[in-house]
Amino acid sequence: MTAIISIKGLEKTYADGFEALKGVDLDIHEGEILALLGPNGAGKTTLISTVCGLVTPSAGQISVGGHDIASEFRAARSLIGLVPQEITIEPFEKVINTVRFSRGLFGKRRDDAHIEKVLRSLSLWEKRNNRNQELSGGMKRRVLIAKALSHEPRVLFLDEPTAGVDVTLRREMWELVRQLRADGVIIILTTHYIEEAEEMADRIGVIDHGRLLLVEEKQKLLHQLGRKELLLELAEPLDEVPGSLAEYDLELSDDRLHLTYEFDAHAERTGMTRLMGAISEAGLSLKDLSTRQSSLEDVFLKLVQDGRATAEEGAE
Amino acid sequence: MNWQAIFSIYRYEMNRTFRTIAQSIVSPVLSTVLYFVVFGSAIGQRIDTVEGIDYGAFIVPGLVMLTLLQQSVTNASFGIYFPKFIGTIYELLSAPLSFIEIVIGYVGAAASKALMIAAIILITSTFFVDLQIAHPFWMLAFLVLTAVSFALLGFIIGIWAGNFEQLQLIPLLVITPLVFLGGAFYSVSMLPPGWQTVTQFNPVLYLISGFRWSFFGVADVPVGISIAAICVFLAICIAVIWAIFRTGWRIKP
Repeated sequence: MTAIISIKGLEKTYADGFEALKGVDLDIHEGEILALLGPNGAGKTTLISTVCGLVTPSAGQISVGGHDIASEFRAARSLIGLVPQEITIEPFEKVINTVRFSRGLFGKRRDDAHIEKVLRSLSLWEKRNNRNQELSGGMKRRVLIAKALSHEPRVLFLDEPTAGVDVTLRREMWELVRQLRADGVIIILTTHYIEEAEEMADRIGVIDHGRLLLVEEKQKLLHQLGRKELLLELAEPLDEVPGSLAEYDLELSDDRLHLTYEFDAHAERTGMTRLMGAISEAGLSLKDLSTRQSSLEDVFLKLVQDGRATAEEGAE
Repeated sequence: MNWQAIFSIYRYEMNRTFRTIAQSIVSPVLSTVLYFVVFGSAIGQRIDTVEGIDYGAFIVPGLVMLTLLQQSVTNASFGIYFPKFIGTIYELLSAPLSFIEIVIGYVGAAASKALMIAAIILITSTFFVDLQIAHPFWMLAFLVLTAVSFALLGFIIGIWAGNFEQLQLIPLLVITPLVFLGGAFYSVSMLPPGWQTVTQFNPVLYLISGFRWSFFGVADVPVGISIAAICVFLAICIAVIWAIFRTGWRIKP
């Protein structure tokens, strides 16, 4: 696959000494939706802002469509539309004028047909002659998207598109993103909602403390997430796992009252029936049992924790 | 050059002017008319002529300069400060725009607006006094050079300002006093000798003097010095803006 955006060794240290990005490498491909997932302050917005020209990188290279963002900034930026996280919009201007203005800034001739198409697709056409300040929060956010789409970008950056947005609106936003992708727009969105990444993305990048901890196809990630655990609560404490149960790789808890069995939920044979037979043969009596599935959230938290542990070790 | 973008910024800024016409145009014109009534008619009745010029006519160039300076500074500073304040500056920074284009758009619009108001005031004043313009070309040159250089100064202030108070600080505390003390309403020769020397250090004196010369052919300081002064000031503003954009100062972390 060809990379539309290529980021190599990107570092950013702000004037106050804060290291927001510590060597990020990332390729973004044609036709994909990439979700950058990370807690607040992870460096997501700095990463996006650097690609879009709002922040000067301290080190590293970025190219968009093969154009370096510093030496060929015009060609690079022409390909990009940016929807910022905060609702920042000129309050007193009419909707249609702000959207036209954005198109003009990108050096494109006025094209009323295109503006109409964009406004209609975002259900803003009826509101085109309203002042921005008269719109609801959700509509203002859509105006920001309309502005970003006004110059027909190939890549759209959505910085936390659904932060502080209610459930209905979030669904609408997801629908819109899918529709944009169908129109051939490459989408990079940042989020700290795991559900959103799971719902929207083709690939997921996990970022924390300025490092990209993982970039993986969502399907692969979900497959890794297919692991399930069976938790067995014993009636009597157990000193050690009986030898006859060795093949099941059971884990005995510290209180010696719980056994954990891990299995692949997607597999044809989970081995659960045989395990139950073996347990009864071994003479163990059970008080309770439950299963739990690891979620993207667990993987995410584990990655973030591991990442922090590694960073601390490195620092020591 | 992204001319389309320059034009977009220019038009957007001019739209803002016409959208807020009471505040943008009516108010400066009204306040100038008030100055005119107070200084020209009330005080003018006691002062016949200054350097052989009818006092009412004598103050016209000063009044025009006062408004031109205030307007070009405040328009340009507000024009760039507002997007910074509400956050829409992201759009300018992420567009395929060079800083030169941003400056031309904003400064061009601020200077145009200031010139429009100056023209309105000039025309209005012809209803009150008899005005003759001795050197129309130089009058226009002074107007344009002053509007552009002070719009550049305003742009610098807008980039520098961290809040609305700072935004108003320089126009109110520096520009207005300098204009009043720069001979807007009197000839420097009317001052006691000590103050005449102090006034020499007021840069606005050179502007008003040169501008007045273009009307009446008389000046407090030689007109060549006036032209040189405004050109030096213009060059300083351009240099500062160039430095600001090279370093991304206060705009781009």
